[in-house]
Amino acid sequence: MSENTDNNILEEVTSGEYKFGFFTDIETDLAPRGLTEDTIRFISAKKEEPEWMLEFRLKAFRHWLTLKVPEWAHLHYPEIDYQDIHYYAAPKKRPQLNSLDEVDPELLDTFKRLGISLDEQKRLSNVAVDAVIDSVSVKTTFQSTLAKKGIIFCSFSDAVKNHPELVKKYMGTVVPYTDNYYAALNSAVFSDGSFCYIPKGVRSPLELSTYFRINAANTGQFERTLIVAEEGGYVSYLEGCTAPQRDENQLHAAIVEIIAMDDAEVKYSTVQNWYPGDKEGKGGVYNFVTKRGLCKGQRSKISWTQVETGSAITWKYPSCVLLGDHAIGEFYSVAVTNHFQQADTGTKMIHIGKNTRSTIISKGISAGKSNNSYRGLVKIMPGATNSRNFSQCDSLLLGSRCGAHTFPFIDTRNHSSIVEHEATTSKISEDQLFYCNQRGIDTEKAIGLIVNGYAKEVLNKLPMEFAVEAQKLLAITLEGSVG
Amino acid sequence: MLLNIKDLTVAINGKEIIKGLNLQVNKGEVHAIMGPNGSGKSTLAAAITGRDGYEVTKGEIWYKGQNIVGLEADERANMGIFLSFQYPVEIPGVSMTNFMRTALNAQREYRGQPNIPAGEFLKLMEEKKKMVDIHAKLTKRSVNEGFSGGEKKKNEIFQMALLEPTLAILDETDSGLDIDALRTVAKGVNELRSSENGFVVITHYQRLLEYIVPDYVHVLSDGKIVKSGTKNLALDLEEKGYEWLKEEAAV
Ligand SMILES: Nc1ncnc2c1ncn2[C@@H]1O[C@H](COP(=O)(O)OP(=O)(O)OP(=O)(O)O)[C@@H](O)[C@H]1O
Ligand SMILES: [Mg+2]
Repeated sequence: MSENTDNNILEEVTSGEYKFGFFTDIETDLAPRGLTEDTIRFISAKKEEPEWMLEFRLKAFRHWLTLKVPEWAHLHYPEIDYQDIHYYAAPKKRPQLNSLDEVDPELLDTFKRLGISLDEQKRLSNVAVDAVIDSVSVKTTFQSTLAKKGIIFCSFSDAVKNHPELVKKYMGTVVPYTDNYYAALNSAVFSDGSFCYIPKGVRSPLELSTYFRINAANTGQFERTLIVAEEGGYVSYLEGCTAPQRDENQLHAAIVEIIAMDDAEVKYSTVQNWYPGDKEGKGGVYNFVTKRGLCKGQRSKISWTQVETGSAITWKYPSCVLLGDHAIGEFYSVAVTNHFQQADTGTKMIHIGKNTRSTIISKGISAGKSNNSYRGLVKIMPGATNSRNFSQCDSLLLGSRCGAHTFPFIDTRNHSSIVEHEATTSKISEDQLFYCNQRGIDTEKAIGLIVNGYAKEVLNKLPMEFAVEAQKLLAITLEGSVG
Repeated sequence: MLLNIKDLTVAINGKEIIKGLNLQVNKGEVHAIMGPNGSGKSTLAAAITGRDGYEVTKGEIWYKGQNIVGLEADERANMGIFLSFQYPVEIPGVSMTNFMRTALNAQREYRGQPNIPAGEFLKLMEEKKKMVDIHAKLTKRSVNEGFSGGEKKKNEIFQMALLEPTLAILDETDSGLDIDALRTVAKGVNELRSSENGFVVITHYQRLLEYIVPDYVHVLSDGKIVKSGTKNLALDLEEKGYEWLKEEAAV
């Protein structure tokens, strides 16, 4: 049928709105706006950090001052005034970690509305939660269950206090502060985040989960996550995020570092749902994230699975450095953009060890006037003999005013390795929608069905509980968009 | 009366395809529609089922006592109108099971019924699969993806059997079916026939009508019904083609 009909239906269906945009009225402790060495000393003092941590931050800050904002991504946004942001915001009543009763009821209500229960109910679904609101980790559940196995799962600040030797040993080894502009910024001002340590031979009996929420206005959120799995360790880690609806843009620049030793496996799943801005493109979170995993040991494995539905701007390339022989890196991604959202996301697979394998499955979905880019690098070093990569990058377009772009870079430096790349671009056709309608399924549900079908390969990689949430999110994100 | 189409004119992109068509279907009846390629048979089906882009420029479509012109396609489906597509559509990644459960539950919701329990649904699927003799594995696959031509057509009838519509329009469901499949499909239709529902069967071949015996046969030509009769009309058409009708009309 005519293009027009297609577009009209798409438009109607993808003009829905963000459902997590409420703002919680919790008293917050704010750092003054702006970024100087004093700001950093303020943050460090607030967090009662040891001297070495402050030194690390200051080094990062001084380096950041020498850097320029990267401009190579397929993204357009006004220049960010880094002096107009609060670099620290914390709920004023710092809750005790021991008892839920002492948590600010407003905060508990926030989590309830997000569908996150901090209660021990989570025991049933085998998820331990660390919740980070604005800058501070407010509650970590199940610490004792995990402690019995020797697993450390706590806020990054607690790790700095209680496990300084581990933090010192691993922090910045996968993503050094010199890595890029946002990594330097994060290293200077990071507020909190999660720390996870899996000892030798231990499989985590629980899914570990962190929920990030930006709440205070004009606040940047800079969290840092560090996951270390010792020899033979295993953990599945989930990350979820939301933010209230605000007219001004909020900045989020995180770092995630993963280290896997011999035979260790880390699965890192993200359902990213930061506020994407409104239908006119006003507001929304700028999401600049550096995520990288180091497969340090032989036969180690790191998988990134991400469902990216939120943010006005997404700049994110979860990567794997395959150092150990026979190491495996995986990247499964669904990125949805609607209205005026822009996403530039993908991965880097750096093969260094022999017989290393990597798989990249990327599914981009664009609607409205959004732009969705896949950017990937597969690099096979001379010593990485007999290595393999398979990449598949699909784009689905809803309507004719959105864009999909793929930028795959392949750099193979030996002859025994094989790199395969496949790419497709498709549209949801009016035929498909009518077929669904004719069976009684309304257009919005039909889009949800078709999009979820398209993304199935990736959604199947998520832990069950998250998969259901992700499916709903995909449908919601595209609400008001297809045809 | 189940379906009453009055003086219907339908245009696609401003071009008139159906040009003043009348058709009445009572409960319990089967009507066959035949006619040359491009005469407007599928267009008529699309107009009845409410496909976007098929603009009703004149006339009315009454179904169960309501003029449904202007209603959305999904609402018409929920009211019990089913179309077996001439060209069934592939939906990658969506399993038949998921698709049918979504459809059935949408229709139940429309009727104010709760979602069908999973166990009951699977039983229903098994039952209907047997009825149209489709391979058990097909329902695990994505909707129509990689199905053979005949499998796609059988799959349409399977969906019809599951949704139990009040008005079913079969658009060339017989094309592409082997003899055995044709019999199975006809058997499926005949089992669903009741005093409460009606069928509009679009076909080019008299053969189907030996299995699904119609109460009336209509000939559609250039957007109008130019002749109606009993099943014998189909035999005449098979023998003589459509030319004589045009001559007759010209006289
Ligand atoms: N989307 C469209 N745009 C323009 N013309 C169309 C469109 N769809 C159908 N038509 C035209 O309308 C006329 C009727 O088509 P229709 O598909 O209804 O015929 P039919 O009777 O079903 O034919 P067949 O027996 O070949 O299936 C044809 O001339 C066709 O080209
Ligand atoms: Mg036709």
